[in-house]
Amino acid sequence: MATRENWGSRTGFVLAAIGSAIGLGNIWRFPYITYDNGGGAFLIPYFVALFTAGIPIIILEMAIGHRYKTSPVMAFMKMSKRVTWIGWFQVLVAFVIAMYYTVIVAWSLKFFTLAFTQGWGTNTKEFFYNDFLHTSAGPLSFGGVVPGLAIFAFIAWFLIWLTLFCGVKKGIELIAKIFMPILFVAIIVILIKVVTLEGAGYGLDWLFKPRLDSIFNFSTWLAAYGQIFFSLSICYGIMIAYSSYLPEKSDITNNAIITALMNCGFSILSAILIFSVLGYAATQSGKTIQDVAGAGIGLAFVSIPLAINQMPFSKLVGVIFFFALFVAGFTSIISLVEVCCSTLIDKYKINRKKAVTIFCLIGFAVSFVFTSQAGIFILDIVDHFINAFGIVVGGVLEIIFISWFFKLDSFKQHINKDSDFSVGHIWVFCLKYLMPVILLYMAVGNLVQEIRVPYENYAQAALMTYGWGVVVVVLILSVYLQLSGNKKLNKNENKEIL
Amino acid sequence: MSTPAIIFMIVALVVTWGGAALCISIAIKNKSK
Repeated sequence: MATRENWGSRTGFVLAAIGSAIGLGNIWRFPYITYDNGGGAFLIPYFVALFTAGIPIIILEMAIGHRYKTSPVMAFMKMSKRVTWIGWFQVLVAFVIAMYYTVIVAWSLKFFTLAFTQGWGTNTKEFFYNDFLHTSAGPLSFGGVVPGLAIFAFIAWFLIWLTLFCGVKKGIELIAKIFMPILFVAIIVILIKVVTLEGAGYGLDWLFKPRLDSIFNFSTWLAAYGQIFFSLSICYGIMIAYSSYLPEKSDITNNAIITALMNCGFSILSAILIFSVLGYAATQSGKTIQDVAGAGIGLAFVSIPLAINQMPFSKLVGVIFFFALFVAGFTSIISLVEVCCSTLIDKYKINRKKAVTIFCLIGFAVSFVFTSQAGIFILDIVDHFINAFGIVVGGVLEIIFISWFFKLDSFKQHINKDSDFSVGHIWVFCLKYLMPVILLYMAVGNLVQEIRVPYENYAQAALMTYGWGVVVVVLILSVYLQLSGNKKLNKNENKEIL
Repeated sequence: MSTPAIIFMIVALVVTWGGAALCISIAIKNKSK
């Protein structure tokens, strides 16, 4: 049996894990969620969520990967053959996210090239939706593939292929070691520039001024747990896959805490950056922050380019910002694709080069959907449903199975064996009691909300096809893959398991 | 920028980056793991 590849160093693993956790959501989701949920006061539930949910789950997932030294599907199979489908479910969720996330990374790359000439012009909204995306009338008006987007999607897939083809040490780790310091330096350079701009203080006041009444609002706490949950790359197999390449003697707890804290620290820096820029733009145009701020994709590709246009050294700031956006997205997408490829490698015994090539070709073909004229609508729907149901359900299943039906104490012993910080009763309490309640509440709440109000008032046919349809297919396929895999498994791998 | 906003911003930075720095220093001290 071939020896499993290991990370070259602890630094390499931690940087790769941080790179995976830090993604586009840190830059465009966290700032908006913070100012929308009480400003500075939101940070109280945010940190509570970090220490009671984010860190305990990331420790658990790193322990799973480290203990079983295999991809999520095989790890769950080794726990119990009857729950292999939970592993499949998480991997398929990662697969779906990878398909559209690559296209957003491709947009960032294109905007990076545009930043040299500020090719987005003065009407950034018109440029983004009409000239760049060639947006159709809605999610059901498919339109054709936009060649400009398809080319950049191809480049993104090629870069992913190249990275993963080179392996864990020479590919993922090398990229993390080069790109992560560059990302931090880029953000700090741009931050130093923007916080000194006129109006930056106005923006930051909007962001951090605490509206303490909001912490008595239950929805603020849900938003905090949701943000922690979605931003740490947990519950869709990434941390399991990455930590499966750790050497035998590894400090799981400290690695997990460093990853979680640096991810959240980066979110704070991004929020300072974004709101300094928005504050400046608002001051210059005589508007309020609400008028110039957007959320999600609109913030990154419409509001920020517009604000950058008005800044001194605008081209330089634009180039650095979109490079940082690309790097943040790229280090996350390689982790998503690695989850899928490691499953092919471990489950079907395909060599890495073949698995990565096959997967990237399939990925490129599937992501064509998101480079169509209806791509942004489809992306929006798939992203919403896979976050609201895919990740949350994957989390519920994982946490409930491991903490209630498997030996959580055995993980505790495994973690404490070589870690600087030991986990104890509080960790068990968070996983066994707190997280199932919060995750189930989130899942049920999302379901009720979805039934009451159709997401963004999209047509039901579009929501059924791209939203519910994708989630149901992922669920059915997970069960099917378990059932079909068990037969082969019984023949080939029983010796290994037992 | 108001004083409460400054306090919350500094506390957020200290908790995250200060915490990370502390953990990294412990990791460096126990290099063998």
